[in-house]
Amino acid sequence: MKPDPNAPRDRSLPRLAAAMAPVLLLLILLPTFVETYQIQLVTYGLIAAIAALGFNLLLGYTGLLSFGHSAYFGLGAYTVAFVVQRLGPHSMEFYILIGIPVVAIASALFGYVCVRHTRIFFGILTLAISQVVYSLALKLYWVTGGSDGLRVPRPALLLGLLNFSGPRGFQQFITSYYYYVLAIFVVCVVLMWVVVHSPFGKALQAIRDNEVRARFLGLRIRRFRWISFLVSGTFTGLAGILWVPLNGLTTPDVLYWTFSGEIVFSALLGGFRNFTGPIVGGIVFTYLKTYAVATTEYWQLLLGVVLVTLVLVLPTGIVGGLSTLGLRLRKGRS
Amino acid sequence: MAFLTIQILNSLLYASVLFLIAAGLSLIFGVMRIINLAHGSLYAVGAYVTAWLVGRGIALGLPPGWLFLLLPLGALSVALIGIVIEPLLLRPFYRRAEEYQLLVTFGLIQILEDSIRFIWGGTPLSADALMDALPIIHIGGLLYPAYNLVVIGIGVVAALALWVAIYHTKFGVMLRATSQDRRMASALGLNVGLVYVMAFGIGCFMAGLGGAIVVPTQAAVLGMGIDALVIAFVVVVIGGLGSLKGALVGALVVSFVRTAGIQFFPELELAVLYLIAALVLLVRPTGLFGTA
Amino acid sequence: MPLLKTVNLRKQFGETRACDGVNFVVNKGEFLSLVGSNGAGKTTLVNLISAQLQPDSGQILFEDRDITFTTVTDRIKAGIVRSFQIVNLFDGLSVFDNVALSIFSRDGKAVQMAALADHDYDVRRETIEVLGEFGLTNKIEVPAGGLAQGERKLLDVAVAYALRPRLLFLDEPTSGVSTHEKAQIMDTVSSVVRRGMVTAVVIEHDMDVVFRYSDRIVMMHEGSFLADGTPDEIRANKDVASILLGAPLAS
Repeated sequence: MKPDPNAPRDRSLPRLAAAMAPVLLLLILLPTFVETYQIQLVTYGLIAAIAALGFNLLLGYTGLLSFGHSAYFGLGAYTVAFVVQRLGPHSMEFYILIGIPVVAIASALFGYVCVRHTRIFFGILTLAISQVVYSLALKLYWVTGGSDGLRVPRPALLLGLLNFSGPRGFQQFITSYYYYVLAIFVVCVVLMWVVVHSPFGKALQAIRDNEVRARFLGLRIRRFRWISFLVSGTFTGLAGILWVPLNGLTTPDVLYWTFSGEIVFSALLGGFRNFTGPIVGGIVFTYLKTYAVATTEYWQLLLGVVLVTLVLVLPTGIVGGLSTLGLRLRKGRS
Repeated sequence: MAFLTIQILNSLLYASVLFLIAAGLSLIFGVMRIINLAHGSLYAVGAYVTAWLVGRGIALGLPPGWLFLLLPLGALSVALIGIVIEPLLLRPFYRRAEEYQLLVTFGLIQILEDSIRFIWGGTPLSADALMDALPIIHIGGLLYPAYNLVVIGIGVVAALALWVAIYHTKFGVMLRATSQDRRMASALGLNVGLVYVMAFGIGCFMAGLGGAIVVPTQAAVLGMGIDALVIAFVVVVIGGLGSLKGALVGALVVSFVRTAGIQFFPELELAVLYLIAALVLLVRPTGLFGTA
Repeated sequence: MPLLKTVNLRKQFGETRACDGVNFVVNKGEFLSLVGSNGAGKTTLVNLISAQLQPDSGQILFEDRDITFTTVTDRIKAGIVRSFQIVNLFDGLSVFDNVALSIFSRDGKAVQMAALADHDYDVRRETIEVLGEFGLTNKIEVPAGGLAQGERKLLDVAVAYALRPRLLFLDEPTSGVSTHEKAQIMDTVSSVVRRGMVTAVVIEHDMDVVFRYSDRIVMMHEGSFLADGTPDEIRANKDVASILLGAPLAS
């Protein structure tokens, strides 16, 4: 029997929606039963998830491992800081409006240089570029504040509708900002989901799996990789834009190679071969890091050990591991 | 004139160190077809260990001649680390996707860099005593430390020794055979696993030696490993990955460009180097003599 | 006017003359087999025609247009498509997606990122059609990496065919499969090609297959053409027999 071309083929959309609905509900209700500190943490987690989601378009779907994504995150953060310093309006929408084109242009520029190469040279090039940006942020202290960085005060949300001052201002801000970020997070997830399931997304995966054959299908490899880089860097840059008003401050640390490592780690932790992997990884990593930083000054060492262990023992990450487990249980049952 | 000579000597000094790091990286890639991202961090370990040994040596009252023996000792310690790393962290991934190799060695960078911070803290560690053990010489009215000439000498000796070892010894033949065709070499009875470990060990020794000889001229600082990694890559990019000749040529080119760059743009020295990396990769992806 | 013509095509690798002044003619609608021992230059010829390699000298004419210096993408757009000796699929994607991607690429839709691939009903319909012709309808959702070897070979051809080429080069489409599967593959390819009016050039080693399906057989030996004719003509050719049996050439 011939399958009906008009019947919905993709079973993963309803499944994804079904999985996300309770999670989304939980996230929406969260501020009603946890305190401000926890809300903040979850917000950071969502921001990390957006950064990792962007990063994984390059790794999981295009097969390019970037060690320099901190550049886009940092550029997003610093752009907001510059806007605050020079242009005045402390409006979140304004930050996003200015910030996104900046990170998009940077991704386009750096991406153009990087995608001419693959594998290790691609990785080193991305690393080199982010180190250039880092060293510039450090050296040009009269613009960037050097190692002290730049402060970013609480912005107004929803075009100035929501302003946060007065004694309960901080808590109100945290709660409102949480919902703001949550909304943007949902938009990002949906957008990325569409991209990944579009013809473009399929082409990327084809190029990842078999570059030669993709070329002989008529696909322009470099162009696809470049566009992927552009989208990837922009998502991570958006995360940086969202991060700095919450953090209140941006420093060159957020441009350093170790921060790129955190993004890589998040994707790996969640599982870079699944769509939801980086989301889970970003959130879990935020908690892990908070715990690690509180436990020891040498949390980088701890992170490195966990990273290596992960690659050795659970290379498919949390989501990958869970889905394998689920498959085994289902097989065992039948 | 004397000033120019000093600049040239400084370039050669830097080139010696770069050559050691890059040749180690190239050797490992040439034989094993893997890239160890932590190579720069191993160089840093070599620097720190050597500086620490020199410090202990001074405290124990060792005469200057003995202090020099600490250099190869520092390098050896890195080689030992390498011999432990290869079977543990690298061997499981030879047959897997390359991303895993990169991820593991990236994790290794974090482990090594933070271990350095854990053991020796954040303040720079120097080994000036070794440099001071040698006299200052006069070059046309300007003062120049003789130690720097020793470093250049070590670089030359290392290049020659490597060349001889790879092209004129039985071990070198084994290395080259394995690098050309691993399965064939194995079929001919070569213990490929052993060759791999040894090649990796030698590569790490060279990175460690680079760190060891540089630290008397310039204190060991946190983050030196990452900078070294990127610059080493600029070297192999120019010279070509997997080529000894390439590592030498690349080291000389990068070194001279850097010396010139520092003269004119001292503020942006770091950025200039990284920019060179980006530019070179843009123009010549396989390098001058590369086998990649 | 022949569909494809090469004029004195040469390609050398060091001392080896892989293509030594090759004058290859392919006529529209033919099912042509390109045979010869290993190293005769068959794959090199296909590599040159598909732009994977650049010739040292000579010309390639497609419908009398000189395409010698065009790129891979240009040639695919012109309608010259090839498959590879070793099965070359997108193992992480499903059978359906493998074929659908060809169609997306062909129609210039591969860059679209704002629409879901599954919602393009035209592409879906055509994909199912193609998969039907190749007998892969019941494996639609299976990842290409999970197919049996014979099915992989079929999919490989289907992916190339979905580009709706004018001239299709298949490099050993039946190697590595059982005799039964060989017949299955060649029957499918042959019927699909004839119905779709695609001109096909197949590199083959199995002479049974060659004689059964070809309109014309061209034999290469050490970089040049040794024989060119219908299966009957080739059967009668003494030089061909010598090559096949390993004896020295008659002259």
